[in-house]
Amino acid sequence: MSLGIAAYSTWWERKFAALLQDRWGPSRAGWFGLLQPVADGGKMLFKEEIIPNVANKFLFVLAPALFIITAIVAGVLIPWAPGLKAGSHWYVLQVTDVNVGVLFLLGVTSVGVYGIMIGGWASNNKYSLLGALRASAQMISYELAMGIALIALIISSGGSLSFSEIVAGQNEGVANIVWQPLGFIIFFICALAETNRAPFDLAECETELVGGYHTEYSSFKLGLFLFAEYINMFVSSAVMAGFYFGGYNFPFAQEFYAAMGWHYGDWQISLIGFGAYFTKTLIFITLFMWIRWSIPRFRYDQLMNLGWRTLLPLSLLNLALTVGIEYLRGHLHL
Amino acid sequence: MNLLGYSLHQWVFGVLSFITIVFALMVVFSRNPVNSVLYLVLTFFGIAGHYLLLNAQFLAIVHIAVYAGAIMVLFLFVIMLMNLNADDEPQKTMSSKIIAGVLGGLLLFVIVGVLRQTAQILPQTQGAADIGLVKTLGMVLFNEFLFPFEIISILLLAALVGAIMIGKRETTESKL
Repeated sequence: MSLGIAAYSTWWERKFAALLQDRWGPSRAGWFGLLQPVADGGKMLFKEEIIPNVANKFLFVLAPALFIITAIVAGVLIPWAPGLKAGSHWYVLQVTDVNVGVLFLLGVTSVGVYGIMIGGWASNNKYSLLGALRASAQMISYELAMGIALIALIISSGGSLSFSEIVAGQNEGVANIVWQPLGFIIFFICALAETNRAPFDLAECETELVGGYHTEYSSFKLGLFLFAEYINMFVSSAVMAGFYFGGYNFPFAQEFYAAMGWHYGDWQISLIGFGAYFTKTLIFITLFMWIRWSIPRFRYDQLMNLGWRTLLPLSLLNLALTVGIEYLRGHLHL
Repeated sequence: MNLLGYSLHQWVFGVLSFITIVFALMVVFSRNPVNSVLYLVLTFFGIAGHYLLLNAQFLAIVHIAVYAGAIMVLFLFVIMLMNLNADDEPQKTMSSKIIAGVLGGLLLFVIVGVLRQTAQILPQTQGAADIGLVKTLGMVLFNEFLFPFEIISILLLAALVGAIMIGKRETTESKL
């Protein structure tokens, strides 16, 4: 499913960019250009594949595969909808539930750096290497602020590290964003940086680095890199929707379900919950694209300053505030 | 489930150990430093697998996030930038090779000596299935082992400050 979403994200990215720039975007292949991703994929497959002579062949081939695998693995934790009950058996609408889900997510994203680094190094090209170094330095730097923002989130959402419990904890109608507005802003900026999206796409800055870490890649290997970027974007949108905006919950969901006479486990609730979660995710993907086509790219020193001198202290402040507020809430029984 | 007289758990352990040891050996034997680092990453994944077998999910994930995800990336960084290869490999003298061999042997001796003792404490460490969960771990750390835990945090803070001091001094000197 991630793959389908990623393919159509490319279509939506083009359409949305066209909208912002007052043009049509893809319009020839299929209705509203809807077949464009299929055509793009086909084109990628039939292009001639070039592996540079000086490249480390094994690692060169391994890198894109590694990058896309980590991108897909990060998606297994997302609890898409409330569980479905058939007879006496509950079906959980989540690929797998790990009790250290949040840490798993951080671990997978940090392992994802290897795909870029290996790819950039194995190409044996100075632009690729520089792009890879930029990308990985950026990912490591922003992971810190992201992790600390997540600690604050976990403290204020009841102390569970499991993704499904964090989402389920918001079903009283109050989403975590209410308690963690600063945390969300930090997380959102870090997510932009982690996915190497504009304005943080220094790793593929054309004016300086040709194509960045995938300069030497052609054919479907290039396709895998670009594809993985969209999957990352999709997963981090879903994570933000789940962590901060209630996931499959929405305001007055309980009242609505009660009024309709549905109980948890009914297919209607699962379907509506999935719809709610998916809509939120799509809104975030659109926001990502909107930012890409609105804000110019940072300079690299600005990027590092923002990460280390602004976001990291801010996230620590947020953590201290959260702990203070939770302490007061616990003592005053608010 | 039994296969050739071993349980599934034992099979997984055996295969995992084999993979881990092979990768660990490859770290030492591979000529290319970048390959060495990548094999080391795979070794860490093997060790994380062992943690999972011991029901320690938290340790396994932290192991991957910290060692494979952060520390080894920095290693890879440095090695990629230095671009080492077989040509500029330093030639070691015979005496340094002998000293390294003796020291390595002594280390092996110590490790084997320590591991022999584990048979005596093994029965106590076999806990419940939830022994490695974050909750259990947190309870133990913040009740039973609070003091060592705080000491470790001070130690880490000191290391952090020290690292910043070293980094700072170099920049001021280069300006002079």
